[in-house]
Amino acid sequence: MSFMDPTHSQTPRGWRKIFYVNWPLVLLITAVACFGFLMLYSVAGGDISRWAQPQITRFSVGMVVMFIVAFTPLTFWRSVSLLAYVVGLALLLFVLFFGSVGMGAQRWIDLGFFQLQPSELMKIALVMALALYYDWLPPEKVSHFGFVLIPLAMIVIPAMMVVRQPDLGTAILLVASGGVVMFLAGVSYWYFIAAFSAGVGAVTAVFMSRGASWQLLNNYQYKRIDTFLDPSLDPLGAGYHITQSKIALGSGGLSGRGFMQGPQSQLNFLPEKQTDFIFTTLAEEFGYVGTTFLLILYSLIMIFAISAAIKNKNRFGALLIGGVAATFFFYFALNMSMVMGLAPVVGVPLPLVSYGGSAMLVLLGGFGLIQSAHIHRPK
Amino acid sequence: MKRPTKSSPENTQRLTRRAVVLGGIQGLVIGTLAWRMRDLQVAQSSQFRLLSDENRIRDRLILPERGLIFDRNGQPLAENLPNYRIVMIREQAGDVRAVLAQLARVIELPVELREDIIKSMRRYGPSKKVPVIEQLTWEDFARVSANAPALPGIITEVGLNRNYPMEEDYSHIIGYVGPVSEADLNRFEDPDQIILSPGFQIGKTGLERQKGAILRGVAGTKRVEVNAVGRVMRELGRNDALKGADLQLTIDHDLQHYAQYRLKGESAAAVVMDVNSGDVRAMASTPGFDPNKFIHGITTKYWNSLVENDYRPLADKTISGAYPPGSTVKMITALAALEEGLVDPEEEIMCRGHVEVGNRRFHCWKRGGHGRMNLADGLKHSCDVYYYEISQRIGIEKMALMARRFGFGAKPTLPLPSLTSGLAPNKQWKFDNYNEEWRIGDTLNAAIGQGFVLASPMQLAVMTARIASGRAVQPRIIQRTNGVAEPLERPPSMQLKPENLDLVKLGMFKVANENRGTAYKTRINEPSFAMAGKTGTAQVKGISAEEREADLENDEIPWKYRDHALYVGFAPYDNPRYAISVVIEHGGSGSAAAAPVARDIMLRALYGTQPPLSAYPRNLWPEIREQQLDEPPPNLNATPAAPGSDRV
Repeated sequence: MSFMDPTHSQTPRGWRKIFYVNWPLVLLITAVACFGFLMLYSVAGGDISRWAQPQITRFSVGMVVMFIVAFTPLTFWRSVSLLAYVVGLALLLFVLFFGSVGMGAQRWIDLGFFQLQPSELMKIALVMALALYYDWLPPEKVSHFGFVLIPLAMIVIPAMMVVRQPDLGTAILLVASGGVVMFLAGVSYWYFIAAFSAGVGAVTAVFMSRGASWQLLNNYQYKRIDTFLDPSLDPLGAGYHITQSKIALGSGGLSGRGFMQGPQSQLNFLPEKQTDFIFTTLAEEFGYVGTTFLLILYSLIMIFAISAAIKNKNRFGALLIGGVAATFFFYFALNMSMVMGLAPVVGVPLPLVSYGGSAMLVLLGGFGLIQSAHIHRPK
Repeated sequence: MKRPTKSSPENTQRLTRRAVVLGGIQGLVIGTLAWRMRDLQVAQSSQFRLLSDENRIRDRLILPERGLIFDRNGQPLAENLPNYRIVMIREQAGDVRAVLAQLARVIELPVELREDIIKSMRRYGPSKKVPVIEQLTWEDFARVSANAPALPGIITEVGLNRNYPMEEDYSHIIGYVGPVSEADLNRFEDPDQIILSPGFQIGKTGLERQKGAILRGVAGTKRVEVNAVGRVMRELGRNDALKGADLQLTIDHDLQHYAQYRLKGESAAAVVMDVNSGDVRAMASTPGFDPNKFIHGITTKYWNSLVENDYRPLADKTISGAYPPGSTVKMITALAALEEGLVDPEEEIMCRGHVEVGNRRFHCWKRGGHGRMNLADGLKHSCDVYYYEISQRIGIEKMALMARRFGFGAKPTLPLPSLTSGLAPNKQWKFDNYNEEWRIGDTLNAAIGQGFVLASPMQLAVMTARIASGRAVQPRIIQRTNGVAEPLERPPSMQLKPENLDLVKLGMFKVANENRGTAYKTRINEPSFAMAGKTGTAQVKGISAEEREADLENDEIPWKYRDHALYVGFAPYDNPRYAISVVIEHGGSGSAAAAPVARDIMLRALYGTQPPLSAYPRNLWPEIREQQLDEPPPNLNATPAAPGSDRV
């Protein structure tokens, strides 16, 4: 076996793998990240060292991680899938009892040099575990009731633990991306229709339970829902986020107010402008042109990822690509819906753009898995 | 677990179908997002742009500088001094109490004062600048500025502070400014935004109040861009404030200061007026108070000392004090009789010391009686019986009409608060107010300025000026507004027969220049400045027969039952320039208490400086020399209160 001969084997080996990387995806990811650096530079008021510099460093580290993951054979990832899921569950359990409290939620494990957020890890681990499950399960059994219950439990258990932190945003992401893997695996449509109905029922229950002894959500979560439904209820309090971000978005207009010229973000009217609400700064300063451009970049990432899933003849690989891509999709769709007032403020960052280490590393790790599945796909 | 294998074509197909469906759904979501974005950013953009501007643009008020007040020679009487002060913005401070505690570690700030500040902060919005401490010393100011980072919401700034360099001399005329109270706000239907801004000082009394509308000026605005916590990032535009109007008074500070000085120790008032123009040269009321003490809220102790004082320091006695004018009203009685032809000037009336009218006995002030009196002698000796007699011929209605022609019963046209109209009573008035018939005794009392008749020192000065000039002069105290002279018309004639006026004036001359005249002792010895005058001694309570028999000396009677001492006069007799009125509450007799004061103030007005001894009769020189040596130099350049020197 020669490392020099790509035709020798079905899958490439060694540095030759570099030719099999899905380069359009890498370029798109880098483009989106660069857009993010620009915005972080702007919201810091032209200070590169505040947010942009650390973000660039993290992205660089993340890219290295992505390539390491990508070049690692998919079989390895398949073999650690179950382990990752179990470790993820254990860490979630750990933070529930011993985690650091930050921003009113218990999400982190302080490792000294790094703040580990197990719920971020779980997003990928869940997709891996589900892909593994459906790879193992004979396809004709996917819609059997018993075999539907197992993945359902795999999704619901970590989701419930995340809700308890409390982190509704991540819980929604877990359920949604888990659901996508089940959908791709071919679980009967009826289950989804039933789940949807159950969801509607659950929402009704959530509202019904309010104030009752069995109240399902925290008061602050109800308040967020209230203000989502009518931001004018509390324009300076809880509704402040939504009102101000809509003002920033809307006032951007078609072409925006110009780079570093957005009064809403430059004058600190926007909350968490470097993290969850960074999209509003982008919208204010670059206008409809800028937001559309970002949306197109995201759409292209989705198109390349889904076509990679379709092309992949390895069931585990295909499901993994689909699942990770769905996670990515839900990230930006939720974030944008949130800042545009289409969804409650649940605390989901804008992928690859928002300031933050955990999400960036997990996302790039996830893209590493997509690349690994792509590189090592059967020919 | 089995090894990864290729999926069966059938499974691959299904996965492809599902992936396409999924892509489609995601495409729909992305489409929705794009549509929503277009809706916000294109369709509703202008509306949100407006909201964004509202967010960041604030219009801030620029407070105008208050107009200054000068005397007729340009001497500053009310000015604005730099005021080092600390203001606080509640929403930036967060925990106000904690910040104040922190501040107390930098400068002296007692706990009670801190509580007061917290209370006053509640009156204004959280984003308003509320004054915390005014009039800091430069050292404290610098110390607070240096510690600013540790004091959130605390801002040091240099404002302007009203100052009254002449202190007590103008406590009534100019009044003072102070923090806006509820009562002040209720005075305005639609208060100016300046008045509503924290720290604004509103005129509380005197000219500061009555001329407040022009003194305060017009507020400017500046448009600033603020960030989310309200901190100003930059100024976008400004519309400067318009300074308040400067007032130049007709008051001559030298004279005003001297009059205040001369009346010191008494509860008294004096007015000096130009007989031709009506310009008030001095209007002194004692005791006064220091208006500077009111500017930032007065201490209870000082306030009580003013309110509980029997001498009523807060009242401007020149315009709000209504006194029975006593014999000073006799010129009016005389003129009423002469104009109606009811008395011949040479006709002699016998004074036996009293007269019987109805079943009552009316006494002359001289118990032995004056003997035969004509009109001029009646004035010279101030014979009451003479006036009892002629008043019965005139009747109260005509006397009241004449009194009104001389300004009684109507408020003088002055821009000052709490003006009294005095009282020129008639039958209707008594019926309306007492539901009683007018009695002949009332007429007799009115003829000698007792009973119901009331006049303020200002009205007495106006009366005297009208006698002296024969013209219906009106008093005025503002000469120029913002450098523009107030219009001054020659006052209309009083429409009195010149010979009658001359007779009355001659009688007044005799009072103050002929031996045995009631004011002969206080005559002016310089012939070209000779003063004509009239004394008055007004009873404040009825005198019983026993008291009359006892004939008590002044200092044997409790202060508040003593007679008021009055004097009116004008000078020079040949060519009148100034009219004067002096009222000394419970001062005893007009000739002993009021006349010397009037003479001194009049001489000061005529000479413009300390008069030479030759202006006085020779027998008074030793006494006057001593009096003049005691006089402190005028406080022309009174030292302005140093900032922070006497903070309450």
